[in-house]
Amino acid sequence: MSKTYVSYNNIISSLGFDSKTVVENIHNEISGLELIDNKNVLPEPFYSALINSEKLEIAFNKLNPKQDYTRLEKMMISSLSEVIHRSNMELNDRVGLIISTTKGNVDALDETNRFPKERAYLCELGKNVKEFFNFENDPIVVSNACVSGILAVAIAKRYIQQNTYDHVFIVSGDVVTEFILSGFNSFQALSNKRCKPYDINRTGINIGEVAASVLVTNTSENLAKESVYILGESSCNDANHISGPSRTGEGLYRSMTSALAQANILAKDIDYISAHGTATMFNDEMEAIALNRLQLQDVPLNSLKGYFGHTLGASGLLETIVGMHSLYNNTLYASKGFETLGVSKPINVIKKTTHKELITFLKTASGFGGCNTAIIFKKSNQTKNHV
Amino acid sequence: MSLDGHVIFNEQHSNFSEFIKAAYKAQNTKYPKFFKMDHLSKLAFLTADILLKNQGINSEIENNIALVFSNKASSLDTDLSHQKAIQDKDNYFPSPAVFVYTLPNICLGEISIKYKLYSENSFFIFERFNAKHLFTYTNSLVQDNKAESVLCGWVELEGENCEAFLYLVSEKGDMKHTKKNIITLYNT
Repeated sequence: MSKTYVSYNNIISSLGFDSKTVVENIHNEISGLELIDNKNVLPEPFYSALINSEKLEIAFNKLNPKQDYTRLEKMMISSLSEVIHRSNMELNDRVGLIISTTKGNVDALDETNRFPKERAYLCELGKNVKEFFNFENDPIVVSNACVSGILAVAIAKRYIQQNTYDHVFIVSGDVVTEFILSGFNSFQALSNKRCKPYDINRTGINIGEVAASVLVTNTSENLAKESVYILGESSCNDANHISGPSRTGEGLYRSMTSALAQANILAKDIDYISAHGTATMFNDEMEAIALNRLQLQDVPLNSLKGYFGHTLGASGLLETIVGMHSLYNNTLYASKGFETLGVSKPINVIKKTTHKELITFLKTASGFGGCNTAIIFKKSNQTKNHV
Repeated sequence: MSLDGHVIFNEQHSNFSEFIKAAYKAQNTKYPKFFKMDHLSKLAFLTADILLKNQGINSEIENNIALVFSNKASSLDTDLSHQKAIQDKDNYFPSPAVFVYTLPNICLGEISIKYKLYSENSFFIFERFNAKHLFTYTNSLVQDNKAESVLCGWVELEGENCEAFLYLVSEKGDMKHTKKNIITLYNT
């Protein structure tokens, strides 16, 4: 079967408006998280990584918008615009569009929001993105909790392998809203400190916002220098609980097992794991158990939540993009916020940003509803660079 | 409600809650977790349960069935409940039991728990029923050996309006898996 590549990419975030700038900030261990005190959003102060609204307006207005767009639409369109531009591709009938989000424009449901409630329909969001760029095909909107962003990559691959499309653009995004914060707070899942994935002193998640976009393609021509191709992918449900992870990490274990089998490689062939690491007690513990069941405990691993917070439906795609740059730069980035191991099984959390030759990485994610996804990526261009 | 073309439940009720409760009782479902679910999950769960039970699927053992569901309104019905709970700061009562259902794929989790499905599940949003998408995506899952069979369809719930249409794709069957046949089934 022919290869499916993940190529051009963009991140719009608190750490910058293009992937390169964002990755440089990660290299320098700069976090986008800051303490926010806004009683209109949450009764108590909270940590979040927010996109600067003025910068977003400037970036978006350069695209000459002809109508009014929501904050999320501005983020998504700005992000996707760069990827389409750099891909230099005609948006014909062989080009698909996937939108990945958990809650889309859910802020439109708020009575004080200036947009009508109808704007909260996810298909409206899809339509607005499609029409901005004049995509020929209708968007495929995937909303599968916190695995959405990474699942979208597997979906793109499947559409390409079914010969429906040659190229698929994915744009993912969620915004920080009162809706989301109040919900996670009611679960007592929010930390009032900077999140500390896998650490003994972790006390929960921070919610952040990004828009992230990629081109997924079947052609090896004109690829971005940091391109990777998909070796194997799988999604498995825990069949256990709708809001808590399986204690044995069953779904994640099965996802990784099945992705490795499809990739036809062994656990020891993985150079780096970009894990989920939300910094809740149960999630991080579950991941450590699943990784140990597959003898992946020695592979260097990080969670990027200490840089961006948990960015929900965008997190999987955001972290895939950073993983691609990690491979290209041959650099393992420190798992921000981690000091002392606080899970019951050993895992190799990256404490210090270090250079190392990297060829293959595993991206995992888990979410409400018991869903888990794992994808294994390999460097497209295996020349040694930056070493 | 109909199963394989035969009406199995036909009652008029003043609202969705009463209707789905009556259908649950008529089907002798006996699954107490049902009453904790939101409306979308109740609709998706009961529809799937009737179909899978009739296929002789044993919920006591692991089953390799993927789930590919779709709708237009996502979890909007429960989103509005959560929004109501946070809109007024003098009457502020967000609840985890409601919030967890503000994701459309939770209903897939509910079905997976009952039928021990450690398999692929994905939830898609389209403006209207999209047979072409369900057909293509299901084919890719079957060809990649991701599951032995795939339970697919459309589960829409908004206020008192509901529509659920599910079908099972597997190697054995009377009807060939084509886009045309999916549309025919949907329209009957």
